[in-house]
Amino acid sequence: MRQAFEFVRRHRVAAVIAFLMVFPLLMPYHALAINILLFGLFAVGFNLLFGYTGLLSFGHAAFLGVGSYLTGIAMVHGGWPWWAAVVLGVACAGVAGLAIGFLAIRTRGIYFSMVTLALGQIVYYAFYKAERWTGGENGLRGIQVPAVEIGGLRLDFLNPVTKYYVILAFVALALWFVSRILASPFGAVIEAVRENDRRAAACGYDVARTKLLVFVLSALICGLAGALRALHLSIVPIDSLHYLLSGQAVMMCLLGGMGTFFGPFVGAGVFLTLEDVVTVFTKHWMAVVGGVFMFFVLFFPSGIWGTLVKRMERVR
Amino acid sequence: MEITPSLLALQLVTGIALGAVYALLAIGLSLIFGMLTVVNFAHGAFFMVGAFIGLYFMGLTGNFWFSLVLTPLVVGALGLVTERFLVRPLYGRGIDYPLLLTFGLSWVLIEAMRVMFGIEGLPSSTPPELRGAVDLGIGFFPKYRLFLIFATAVVVLALWLFLEKTRYGLIVRAGSRDGEICKVLGIDIARVWLVVFGIGTAIAGLSGVLAAPTRAVNPEMGIHVLAESFVVTVVGGMGSLPGAVLAGLLVGIVFSLTSLFAPDLAELSIFVLMAVVLLLRPQGFFGKQGLMS
Repeated sequence: MRQAFEFVRRHRVAAVIAFLMVFPLLMPYHALAINILLFGLFAVGFNLLFGYTGLLSFGHAAFLGVGSYLTGIAMVHGGWPWWAAVVLGVACAGVAGLAIGFLAIRTRGIYFSMVTLALGQIVYYAFYKAERWTGGENGLRGIQVPAVEIGGLRLDFLNPVTKYYVILAFVALALWFVSRILASPFGAVIEAVRENDRRAAACGYDVARTKLLVFVLSALICGLAGALRALHLSIVPIDSLHYLLSGQAVMMCLLGGMGTFFGPFVGAGVFLTLEDVVTVFTKHWMAVVGGVFMFFVLFFPSGIWGTLVKRMERVR
Repeated sequence: MEITPSLLALQLVTGIALGAVYALLAIGLSLIFGMLTVVNFAHGAFFMVGAFIGLYFMGLTGNFWFSLVLTPLVVGALGLVTERFLVRPLYGRGIDYPLLLTFGLSWVLIEAMRVMFGIEGLPSSTPPELRGAVDLGIGFFPKYRLFLIFATAVVVLALWLFLEKTRYGLIVRAGSRDGEICKVLGIDIARVWLVVFGIGTAIAGLSGVLAAPTRAVNPEMGIHVLAESFVVTVVGGMGSLPGAVLAGLLVGIVFSLTSLFAPDLAELSIFVLMAVVLLLRPQGFFGKQGLMS
């Protein structure tokens, strides 16, 4: 048991991908599986900042939303091919991350959360009012991806199973990227900043630049999640930019276990499955999810995966 | 539309009335933060609960003044329970946890109001005594909005007297300076924190009752209000009461003047104001340098 656990932790990217390969078979329907995949990626990007760097942002919906909208706008208004639109969406999310991050890292602690929330709302209102380009309150409609062509291979994007695996390919790439960052010396600096930023500064690391770089990387990952979500939904709802969605990333991250590699996916899975199950019985799912979240904050702050890791380490 | 000086002046007064509500909200937030270093993410939800309970009491008794007194007490009691059973176990565990918890709480409160009053919200009405408009010399202005400014002034004055002139206020101020020393001096600081959290949420509830006749009352009304009150607190300086009042009024005025000249940019303007303040003075108007930034 313990050896298996260690094996999974050592080959974390392969383990996640292997699990996600068989994941659709375990879920009742594919839309939920795709949703978990996308929100899992969103939470992974968020976790890079919150879990590993210790910065609690409430503005990450802005990056998901910018990724979605720019991908959608490029395809609907610009007629771009899907892959170029995704690249544009991710790049713009990165630029948004640079702008918001530049202002937000001037503050610390709880202030940071408030400021990122408010700055994220700027993006929300800007897209809300730019109705000509974004569709305003109704969201952006008419993103059409009938098929995805990769190197002569034509994949039917309307088939949910194919769609799942195409999106998984991108998610796998992003996970490998995140894993590489965390395993690198830079990853160690990130965690040093979280543990004690003054000592990190005394060791000669530029704390502000490290924070900003992580912020941008995190925005890029969230932007990718957004871009893929635009392809998946074929519309971009205006709620994609709202801070309540940032709050969902926060909740998923904590439910699964912040600062752990698998946590965000576990959290996204639990959150969305819970939402899905509860809505069968009552439309007031937010109360149940909010209650469960409060329970975790009070009694299991390390989250599901984090608690498991702690227990395993104690056994050893 | 021609912009005349009197129109501008009227819009300015409208801004002050709007800013009065912002100021009240920010005072509640700042009070709790200054004392407990907790950012109450459920502040908007308490505001929303205040609006609902206020309308409920008004419907029950037909008396606005009765509801104006009773609602803050009920919302304050809700705050007391929140602090005692939900926030208190989290002290000493890192500043992010109370924030996360109150965010979860806001979801529960939103749904609770949906269950109790329906998802559509309630129709709000101005109390009969305060209907109509008065001539300010620059034009006619709604009586109720003048009352809003007046009520806020009363609350601010009362709070100031409480903090500066009473013995308990002295303890509160001492506690926000150094809780540890207060404990050594034999003050039950946990009880002071409880009371302060209660007062903060009561003020949020009060601003909800006061704001109800001027906007749509629905379970989601607190969501945007929370973001806006964060803007006010950041601009004014976290934990500073004069900062909260000044920034509240400024944000209200900026909002209402922008909606005169460029209605589409009104919501955006206050967030841009915050970004500018962050660039030039990260700690806000009255915030202590180095405390948070």
